[in-house]
Amino acid sequence: MLLVPCPYCGPMNAADLSYNGESHRRPDPKTCTPEEWRSYLYLRENPSGWLLENWYCSSGCRRHFKIERHTLTGELRAPVLPGRKPGATQGDMK
Amino acid sequence: MSHRLPAPLGEVIDRSSAISFTWNGKKLQGFEGDTIASALLANGEHILGRSMKYHRSRGVLTADFWDPNTTVQVDDEPNVCASHRRLADGMAVSAQNVWPSLKFDVKAANGLVGRFLTAGFYYKTFMKPAKLWPAYEHVLAKFAPGGSVDLDTPHGRYDKRYAHPDVVVAGGGPSGMAAALAAAEAGSSVVLVEHEHQLGGHLLWGSDDDRAAANELAAACAAAGVEILTNSTVAGRYEDNWISISQRSHPGVIERLIKARAKTLVVAAGTIERPYVFQGNDLPGVMTSGAVQRLIRMYGVKPGTRAVVFTANESGDSAVEALQSAGISIARVVDARSGEGITSASGSKSRVKRVTLSDGTTVECDLLVTAVGWTTPTSLLNMAGDRPGDDADAARFFPAGPPDNVLATGGMVGDGSRDELIAHGRSTGKLAAGRAAVVRHRLQAATARAAAVDGPEPDYPADERAPLERARHPELYRSTTHGIVDYSEDVSSKDLFSAAGEGFDSVELIKRFTTATMGPSQGKLETVNTVAVLAEARNESIAEVGTTVWRPPYAPISLGALAGRINEPTRVSVLQPWHEANGATPILAGQWVRPEHYGDPAAEVRNTRTNVGIIDVTPLGKLDLQGPDVPKLLNLLYTNKWTALPIGGVRYGLMCAEDGVVLDDGVTARLGEEHYLMTTTSSGAAKIWNWIEMWLQTEHPDWQVHVTPVTTGLTSINIAGPNSRELLGRLTADIDLDPAAFPYMNVRRGTIAGVQNCITWRIGFTGELSYEIHVPSGHAVHVWEQLLEQGADLGVEAFGLEAQRIMRLEKGHFIVGQDTDGLSKAPVTGLNPLLKLDKDDWAGMPEVAWTMESGDHPVIVACQPDNGSVVPEEAAQILRSGTTEIVGRVTSSRMSPTLNRSICLAQVTKEFAAPGTSLEVLLVSGERITATVQEHHAHFDPEGARLRG
Repeated sequence: MLLVPCPYCGPMNAADLSYNGESHRRPDPKTCTPEEWRSYLYLRENPSGWLLENWYCSSGCRRHFKIERHTLTGELRAPVLPGRKPGATQGDMK
Repeated sequence: MSHRLPAPLGEVIDRSSAISFTWNGKKLQGFEGDTIASALLANGEHILGRSMKYHRSRGVLTADFWDPNTTVQVDDEPNVCASHRRLADGMAVSAQNVWPSLKFDVKAANGLVGRFLTAGFYYKTFMKPAKLWPAYEHVLAKFAPGGSVDLDTPHGRYDKRYAHPDVVVAGGGPSGMAAALAAAEAGSSVVLVEHEHQLGGHLLWGSDDDRAAANELAAACAAAGVEILTNSTVAGRYEDNWISISQRSHPGVIERLIKARAKTLVVAAGTIERPYVFQGNDLPGVMTSGAVQRLIRMYGVKPGTRAVVFTANESGDSAVEALQSAGISIARVVDARSGEGITSASGSKSRVKRVTLSDGTTVECDLLVTAVGWTTPTSLLNMAGDRPGDDADAARFFPAGPPDNVLATGGMVGDGSRDELIAHGRSTGKLAAGRAAVVRHRLQAATARAAAVDGPEPDYPADERAPLERARHPELYRSTTHGIVDYSEDVSSKDLFSAAGEGFDSVELIKRFTTATMGPSQGKLETVNTVAVLAEARNESIAEVGTTVWRPPYAPISLGALAGRINEPTRVSVLQPWHEANGATPILAGQWVRPEHYGDPAAEVRNTRTNVGIIDVTPLGKLDLQGPDVPKLLNLLYTNKWTALPIGGVRYGLMCAEDGVVLDDGVTARLGEEHYLMTTTSSGAAKIWNWIEMWLQTEHPDWQVHVTPVTTGLTSINIAGPNSRELLGRLTADIDLDPAAFPYMNVRRGTIAGVQNCITWRIGFTGELSYEIHVPSGHAVHVWEQLLEQGADLGVEAFGLEAQRIMRLEKGHFIVGQDTDGLSKAPVTGLNPLLKLDKDDWAGMPEVAWTMESGDHPVIVACQPDNGSVVPEEAAQILRSGTTEIVGRVTSSRMSPTLNRSICLAQVTKEFAAPGTSLEVLLVSGERITATVQEHHAHFDPEGARLRG
């Protein structure tokens, strides 16, 4: 089981968090087309490589955050709080 | 015990402690320390079962944890490995796969018609015609292997544990023990896991010096504080060294699953002796060299009287010594190193009688020992991403390079003397501890709430271990004849050849087509022989063929251990003891134990409609919302508008998910300028809390809203019925209950029965005049009892969930999740005036807008069966008259005690939604009845005169 670094609680078992899937932008509900909205609802990139994901520390601090995960290797980068930009690589915890 | 050898042979048995057990009903004796198999052999019982497909007689092959031939039933437990399970007093042991008896097996005829059961026979024989499958299934079930399960067996006790050791060592042989000891000495917390009943590995059946060294190391491990788990296996290795350990030696439980987050994993699984493939290799009396050494030296059991030993290595030579020490005559030693070989063995069904050598001579014997080489059980390394490669010179696989936090030692990486193996183990343990210290430091530094980190991060130690040499070994997999490759699945080398001939050229496909390597030992004995036979059939090298991927579990693990102990917490309101004391029938609603009724739900309905009733509605989700931006949040999550809600007002709201499907509903009250109390459905309480947090944290982190769940902090009591105002009035002085001062859909705060700060709102789920009071839970029992006491003359009585469900159905209120489902978008509810498309944004708005625009959706309607005595089942289909076209379904149905007739809510397509429409309802019995769509959702008091009174 992956160790996921919660920005507040530190490394947590992935099972102690909720995985909320690929991070995606919410279209403007006033102006979006059905295609855009349904793409937001149902379509995912599912890349082989780095992917920005949403996680929720449901058994800990109850914070939502994003994290970049490499879908092939399981490698994780530093968690990103809402409103911040991803980028920095976290220290190797393994 | 006629086949028992004299002491000092039999190191692990205690001859002073005799144990009685039965074998197929026959009373036998063994000793403390015996396995079931060693005790049976000591009694001269050498057929332990029948093979699964051909029902061939089988006896001990390896005499250890991996023995595929000794699967027996013990009491009510099927599929026990007799070569591993320790004998216990009073055990009733019986053979499996035998009918009608072990000695005379009707199904052994399978062996004669073996052509019928060749590789892939299930796929080929039982596929067509499909209509015959029930007949096939019946026949196959009779032939299926396995013991019998007693369905009345009491629940066994299993458990789970979480552990956070620095180092887990898998394997308690010399290298594993040395690694554990060195790691512990270097300051690591260490768990040492061994699947046998004692530490020592191959030293246990070695020389006196070997055993002394094993005992010394085991004692040192214990003294150094290593946690030693015997009769346990590391079942799997997952990401970031998440290790599952199946422990069968924990007192009080049958099996315990330990989930350990190890900082370093040391794999010291040793090697497993490989059987040899030749005609007759599964006859009872054919054993590996390890088996005879274990039987003689550990258990003091005589495996035969006249032996032929086929040896290619020191283990075979050592077996010869063991046989000689036991006084067993050696008919012939066939040495592969000097070019000798064996081609077949034959005998009766019950025992090997003679062996044919490569030069054509035959030798009489009742024991054939083979020592043809080793399989490296690299499963745990595979699970860590390593892909081991074959070294033809050493005739076994070696790890290629596991990740840095997984280290292999011992026989897995090379060969050596006892001291060399121990030395490699020690240097591995030291390295493991050094790396674990770095990981521990990093984890601690990354955990804000942990204690401050001591000092700078230690250096990450490089791997500077001196490697173990790899001993040369001849490649010996199959003789010139065909024999069994997979004993537990009854797959022969001939099957593999024919599968290869049919085009199954990938080892992964061969495995699935023939089921080779898919038995209980998970390929430990079979994989390399399977690969070797396939390589031979394809005229390729073993390296070219490659291996199958070894996946968890490493060894069989019981489903009970995976399930653990039953741990489903339930929730109760503080009033539950009162409910129980007053005859409530409990019902589990979601996580909550609630009173379904107190005897007669219909009477509870009538009393509430006539007098007054009180119900405990504590499970209602309650969220305290405070902050200047609460109205923005409510506008975003509910479909209707919230900005104009005055202080003291209560409003109903509907929530949608982003796909427009109804998510939850409830009322929210404005208690103060920036203070609101939201209620959710009981089952939605946790979900909506999370939903709110998600929106606040991700989309609108700038909004100032503080959310506090207060579901159990406040006990909620609904007082419903014509006398409810009178009743509540007797308990409060500071809340003005006059309808003009406290109208419907309003909230007030005040003192009730002396309890301050009770929140009271007027709503009407039941359709009656009703007040819902939210009382600080510490005082709830007092308030509840006061309501009953003060209202005795008003006819007050408690009512349960069922009466409430009936009354809400009479009133036509839908329940999210019952009258709606995962496809019900908001317009299905018919609450279109609440779907405000002129707002800027709310969750699910676009989908709701498009659904309303298209008009293409079912709707909830109330309907009444024309025969009022028939209650259609919930989920009964509604059909287009005279056809099988489904146009809707009944979502709720009850007999109404108020109207004395059956009433329903249903979802139907729009074509059938108009009042007066006749619906055809298909009952579960197959009968069709008619029902009529009503004008209003409410079957009772549609104008709402009662609740607004």
